[in-house]
Amino acid sequence: MADVALQPDSVGAAQPVRKRSGLKKALKRKSTAAFLMTLPLIILIALLVLYPAFYSLHLATLNKSMQRFVGLGNFEFLFKRDTFWLVVKQSCIFAITAVLFKALIGFIVAHFVHNIPAKGQRKWRGMLLVPWVIPPAMSTLAWLWLFDPSYSAFNYTLSFFGIGPIPWTGDADWARFSVILVNVWYGAPFFMIMYLASLKSVPEQLYEAAAIDGANWWQRIWYVTLPMMRNIIAITTLFSLIVTFANFDIVRILTAGGPLDHTHIFATWAFRIGIEGSDIPLGASVSLFMVPILAVAAIFILRDVNKRGNEA
Amino acid sequence: MADVALRKVVKRYDDVEAVRGIDLDIADHEFIVLVGPSGCGKSTTLRMIAGLEDITDGDIMIGGDVVNDVPPKDRDIAMVFQNYALYPHMTVAENMSFGLRLKHYPKAEIKSRVTEAARLLDITDLIDRKPKQLSGGQRQRVAMGRAIVRNPKVFLFDEPLSNLDAKLRVQMRIEIKKVHQKVRTTTVYVTHDQVEAMTLADRVVVMNKGRIEQIGTPNELYHRPATRFVAGFIGSPAMNFLPCRLEDSGGTLQIRLTDRIAFALPPARAARYNSLPRTDKLLLGLRPEHLTEAHAHLGPGIETFDTVLDVTEPMGMETLVYFGLDGTPVCGRVDPNAGAKDGAPMRLAMDLNNMHLLNEATGVVL
Repeated sequence: MADVALQPDSVGAAQPVRKRSGLKKALKRKSTAAFLMTLPLIILIALLVLYPAFYSLHLATLNKSMQRFVGLGNFEFLFKRDTFWLVVKQSCIFAITAVLFKALIGFIVAHFVHNIPAKGQRKWRGMLLVPWVIPPAMSTLAWLWLFDPSYSAFNYTLSFFGIGPIPWTGDADWARFSVILVNVWYGAPFFMIMYLASLKSVPEQLYEAAAIDGANWWQRIWYVTLPMMRNIIAITTLFSLIVTFANFDIVRILTAGGPLDHTHIFATWAFRIGIEGSDIPLGASVSLFMVPILAVAAIFILRDVNKRGNEA
Repeated sequence: MADVALRKVVKRYDDVEAVRGIDLDIADHEFIVLVGPSGCGKSTTLRMIAGLEDITDGDIMIGGDVVNDVPPKDRDIAMVFQNYALYPHMTVAENMSFGLRLKHYPKAEIKSRVTEAARLLDITDLIDRKPKQLSGGQRQRVAMGRAIVRNPKVFLFDEPLSNLDAKLRVQMRIEIKKVHQKVRTTTVYVTHDQVEAMTLADRVVVMNKGRIEQIGTPNELYHRPATRFVAGFIGSPAMNFLPCRLEDSGGTLQIRLTDRIAFALPPARAARYNSLPRTDKLLLGLRPEHLTEAHAHLGPGIETFDTVLDVTEPMGMETLVYFGLDGTPVCGRVDPNAGAKDGAPMRLAMDLNNMHLLNEATGVVL
């Protein structure tokens, strides 16, 4: 968009006048006006996001009593602890596995919903969104009861088949499975609704052209649907990766990081150390560790989106 | 390449009958155009031939085989869509070769076919571009290229020129005709534009309300329409329809248009219409070019009358004149130098040798 410039003042204007007109010019520019209009929001974001971010950077450099500057001492301490590396590993497993299954299930369900005749579709869409709209703190409580080892619905049902009882949250592997399961249950509807919107925007004639070109259903998905949905898939995955990586409530309520720290992820462990263990600088250091991991993922995914942005 | 046949083909959506039992034989190498107003069932018919729509009843045959239950990919057809339907994430070359790649053709053959088609359509320079970087006309060429490389039995075109501007449409029309002259593939082409239909087709199929009104060469449809619908649909400006009746006057058959105007029919026409009941409500069908300025020497069957023009439209090579006859609007074509002016009186000549007579109630040309 071209900037709107002020008409030049009369020829031979004196130096101070020209200076003032320069300021006037700047004010008249669309980019200046746009900046001024977004300034309140920029200030708000600065206060609510940047200030805490820099404050946590500052905190991470202090000792436990927050009296002394220790530089990178907290990070050095973390790197030497096995639990930290366990948390790094678990966070990665948790986020990647959960996002993968959310994306897969969301994609499949979106296809089913897309193929439901328009009349019944709204009803199904609404019902399938339910897990996503219930506050996770509440729905996770329901899951907690379902997972109870002695009198839960799951183990009771399985007992009819001679299976169990399964220690859903008591055994390390089962506990990891359970938190991922609940996270997938909670997050898949978001993928479903994003993919459904994206599916609806793929022109029907592309599928018809592909059908005539000789593509079977799988080739239609591979050569038409997936490339057309690529950007949405990338952005949804990135967004979900960030949210899942930073997840707190599901793990906190379901296992509280147990058994023996085997389901801790960054946020729950930072909470355990920082708030419950009263070492806020160390907790801040743990949570800061998410930033470089997510930044690398974001750069890779967004670079791909930019590259393909001007195709469709 | 192959012939295509439709036998009593019906398409019903819930309670709406879109196509009502049509029969059509398309010969090998033939260029057939399905034309009609929107909602006449022409696109549905094409999509049934493509296999994109199931048929409710009847049979469709391609190359002698019934293909009712054969999926589109196994019918060996290629289709060009109105909005091109190019894959946006593939280059021109990839778009054109997609069908061949799916069928695992050898790479060398794919390359030679794509190169050949690109040369034929003059898009060799665009081969590495994405559809987004192409103009509408170029995209249409790529869509045609995608059809040509497949070397199918039948080409199907679904209003391929509707999204182009008028000038480009004329240009692409000629391109399509040239391409067909070179590849000679049986072609079914759907359009709502009667000019496209007339200029492209070996035979035109005029459809209306799910039925075929008439099948014929462009000239047959123009000069010997079978129904009022065809007579009115083909030709621009459209044929005039004037209420009239036949009467006998002193041993000759004459046609009465208004209380003041009645003309004796030329002998050939009189013989043809003599047996008709004189009480029938009839319509005189006359194309604008058979309503011209009156010359000093009138040939046989050409009758003159005086009228006052409402509006004139100078088109350059001719001037269209509009006037009313007993309240019926009429259009004529006169020489630009004939002195036609808005609101001015003018003597016009009616060429009754080229007249059509229609039954007003049934719409049948008599």
